[in-house]
Order: sequence, then C-alpha cells, then structure tokens
Amino acid sequence: MKKIRLQTKNIGKTYAGELIIKNINITLREKELVSLLGVSGIGKSTLFNVIAGVTAPDIGQVLLDGFDITGQAGKVSYMQQKDLLQPHLKVLDNVALPLFIRRLNKSQARTEALKYFEDFGIAGTQDKYPSQLSGGMRQRAALLRTYLFSKDVALFDEPFSALDAITKRAMHRWYLALMERINMAALFITHDIDEAILLSDRIYIMTGPPGVITAEITINPPRPRADEFLVSENFLNYKRQIMKLLAL
Amino acid sequence: MRKSPSINHKFYPLFVLIGLLLIWHLITTIGLVPGFMLPSPLDVLRAFANSFPELMGHAGVSLTEAFTGLALSIMLAFVIALIMDCFEGIYKAFHPLIVISQTIPTVAIAPLLVLWLGYNMTPKITLVVLTCFFPMTIALLGGFKTSDADAVNLMRAMGARKWQIYRYIKLPNALPGFFSGLRISVSYAIVGAVIAEWLGGNSGLGVYMTRVRKSYAFDKMFAVIFLIALLSLLLIKVVDLLERKSMPWIYRLREEEKLE
Ligand SMILES: Nc1ncnc2c1ncn2[C@@H]1O[C@H](COP(=O)(O)OP(=O)(O)O)[C@@H](O)[C@H]1O
Ligand SMILES: [Mg+2]
Repeated sequence: MKKIRLQTKNIGKTYAGELIIKNINITLREKELVSLLGVSGIGKSTLFNVIAGVTAPDIGQVLLDGFDITGQAGKVSYMQQKDLLQPHLKVLDNVALPLFIRRLNKSQARTEALKYFEDFGIAGTQDKYPSQLSGGMRQRAALLRTYLFSKDVALFDEPFSALDAITKRAMHRWYLALMERINMAALFITHDIDEAILLSDRIYIMTGPPGVITAEITINPPRPRADEFLVSENFLNYKRQIMKLLAL
Repeated sequence: MRKSPSINHKFYPLFVLIGLLLIWHLITTIGLVPGFMLPSPLDVLRAFANSFPELMGHAGVSLTEAFTGLALSIMLAFVIALIMDCFEGIYKAFHPLIVISQTIPTVAIAPLLVLWLGYNMTPKITLVVLTCFFPMTIALLGGFKTSDADAVNLMRAMGARKWQIYRYIKLPNALPGFFSGLRISVSYAIVGAVIAEWLGGNSGLGVYMTRVRKSYAFDKMFAVIFLIALLSLLLIKVVDLLERKSMPWIYRLREEEKLE
C-alpha cells in the first residue's frame, strides 16, 4: 500500500451554532487522485478551508505525513473555481507567487516557474496580464501556481466548474495527462458526478446536512483513461451507484 | 474620416475658453467695468510677465509647503489606513471620528494654527496635512478592506505573512483609489498652503496676494490666481502620469486594446 500523505481525523466544524460538517475521516495517499463529491452547500469548501489551515476546526485533526498541522496555514495550498490570479501581476509573477512568499530571490523564482510553462500548456503567456488569458489558460496558470507551492499534495475546489462544457472536457483530458507526468496527490472537490468518476482513483460521497462521509467508492479502470471510458457500461454503473448514494 | 468628430471634441473646451477670454477683453475695452477693478486679459499677462521673478520666488515657497505637507499626509494616510485595517477595534473607534472631523472647515482652524505655531512654514504645512490626509486615508482604507477575501485566504494558505498580503494583494488593490485621493489632495495642498499664508508670513503666494490686494493691484491679483490654478492643474497632470506609470496592468492593456 502506498504511503499516506494527508489525513483528517474526526473533523467537525460549526458556523454560527450550526453544525456544517462532522466526523470527517479521509485519507490521501501518495500520487492518488481522490474526489470529494457532494451537492452544493453541503460543506465541501468548509472542509477544504480546515485542511488548508485557513479556518480552525472545532474538533479533529489534520495530519500531513503524520504531523499534526491542524489550524496551520502554509502547509497545503489549494486552487479554486476562481483562479485568483492577481490582475496587477504578469502571469509569470502570478505563478511564481508561492516562491516569492517563500522569500526566494525574484529572478530565481521566475526562472524556476518558467521551467514549467511548457508542460502546463501556458508557454508564451509569461509576460501577459491575466485579463489577456482565456478561462482555460487562467486555470492552468492557477494550477501551476498550486504546483509550485507544493509539488506532491494539492487541494482542488471545483477548479473547472466555471468553464464551459467544451473547455471543461479539454481541461479534464489535460489534467489527467498532467497528473500522470507530475505524480501529484490531489484531493478534488466537485459536485459533478461525471467529473468525479473520470478524474479519481477514489471518491468520497458527502451527504447531509450536516455534511458527513457516507460512502467511499474505488474507481477501478487504471489511469490514464481512454475517452471510451466516459461512455462505457462500467462508467454508467458507477454513475448509477453514486446517484443512488446521493439520493438523486 | 470617422475619427475627426472625436478629435474636434478635445478642442471644444479650448474654443469656449478662447470665447470667454474674448468676452472678458471686450467688457474691459468698452469700459463696462472700470479698468482698475477688472484688468483686461492683456493687463494680467503683462502683470504676470513683469512680476515673474517675484512670483516664482513666492511660488517656490508655497510649493515647498504644499509638497512637504503632501508627502507627510501620504505617509500619515498609509499609517492610519494600515492601523485601521489591521485592528478592527481601532477602526470602529476612530473611523467615525475622523469622518466627523472633516466637517470642521480647515479654513476656520488656520488662524488658530498660526497663533499656535507662528509665522514660519510649520502652520502652513500643518494645514496642508490636515486637509490632504483624509481623501487618501479613506481611499486606501477602502482599497484594503475591499480586497478579495478569497485571494487573502489563498495567500495565507500559501504561508504568506501579513506584510506579504499587503504587498501582493491589498496595496495593489488600493492603488487606483489612492490615486483618485491623491488627485483631490494635490489641489487641496496648494490652496491649503495659500490660505494659511494669507494669515501671516513673509513669503509665499498667499502673502503676495495679501500684499497686492492691499495696494489694489488687481492685475497682479489676477496673475496670482491664474498661477495658482495653473500650478494645481500641472500637479494633477503629474498625478495622472504617475498613475499611468504605476498601474501598467490597467493603462498598458487599454493602450494595447486601442491599437488592435
Ligand atoms: N465563513 C462562513 N461563515 C458562516 N457560514 C459559512 C461560512 N462558510 C460556509 N458557511 C456555510 O457552510 C455551509 C457549507 O458551505 P460550503 O462549505 O461552501 O459548501 P460547498 O462547498 O459544499 O458548496 C453553507 O451553508 C454556508 O452558508
Ligand atoms: Mg464550495
């Protein structure tokens, strides 16, 4: 079995007296792609903010490589639906931001970041401003920024949900290919069942309220998955099973 | 061909200005108003040329006061805005008071400042600071407070320290507002210095104004007024230029779009 990188233990969080999530236990192993699937408003982002250390949980722990990082920011980075590229920074500086934060020498940071532009499909955009990029390009830049923060564990909070269907499909294909190359372990939030099945080794199903993990499904076909997988009987079976679990 | 109307557009105010000057000239030449009360534009120009060295000397003093006051108010604005953004309690306690304090006309406290601080530059600079820090403080604070909370959270998740959040998110977000504040402040700065000079001192455009007023030299009076207006205009232009230079992500993009 591969090494556990990220783990949550019994996490619970209340907002304004209302229990949002409880008893959340999830694990993310080395190089694994895991999805957290649930309807909007169930508490997925709340869990992410806890893991990222931006909000403190009421109870429970977050472990990274076995170390308690509960409530500590700066350990795990994440990417959202909003790319959060800063309009005043050129794409290169936006992407190198995590390195700037680490107080790396500016030109060193830029050289380091530039190495990956080709691989992340944004070659030639380094001197542009984010507003000059398409939605898909911006998400790729945001993903590279996340990668430069930490090359082996990342959180993705519905990163592609704002894209149109065609761009989204292209991004899925690109994302899977990229993940093969860079060996990252990723926890991927989504409310899109197809996306979860396509992009994951394992899926946690969150239902509620309050948000609890009610099922865990392993998606068997090995990655990278061919396009036929999307229209296979196998795929539909997974989908049927998940729809039942989500009571849809 | 289709461009020409918009080019003409730019000249409309110039035409109106020339028209107004002509009317003014006409009024004085046909003697509608006695010449000693309303000098003709040519008289004013002559007065300006004759007293040019003297005017420049006084302008230098006023500008020194204005710039010193402005520089101090920029620093003050940054410090106050930073403190109020960092400490919610201080914000809640002081923000309403600062807003209310702005209803006190600075002109009214100018005499007090002169009495307290004497006839040198200090009361003038103080008055400039009192009039100028507010627009910039409010603009900066607004920029800090409206920064994208998600972007700030992401910075924190990436381990950013507080100053880095200001450096990369909050300050850039506050920059456009800061420049609108600065534009208001530079025109206040010169007027503030001149008003303070009315009340006492040895040099400066305000002192010069009081002198020529006492000798009923209307032409010189007009020359100073125009000079003050011109200086304010010039400073606003400088601010515009600085703004363009410091926010290329807004202005360079606009220019590129125009070219396409
Ligand atoms: N900072 C907050 N303060 C109060 N309530 C919040 C906050 N963040 C999220 N919530 C509430 O928690 C619930 C779950 O939100 P969220 O985690 O964003 O759901 P999801 O990401 O699954 O759509 C929602 O009802 C939301 O209103
Ligand atoms: Mg969410």
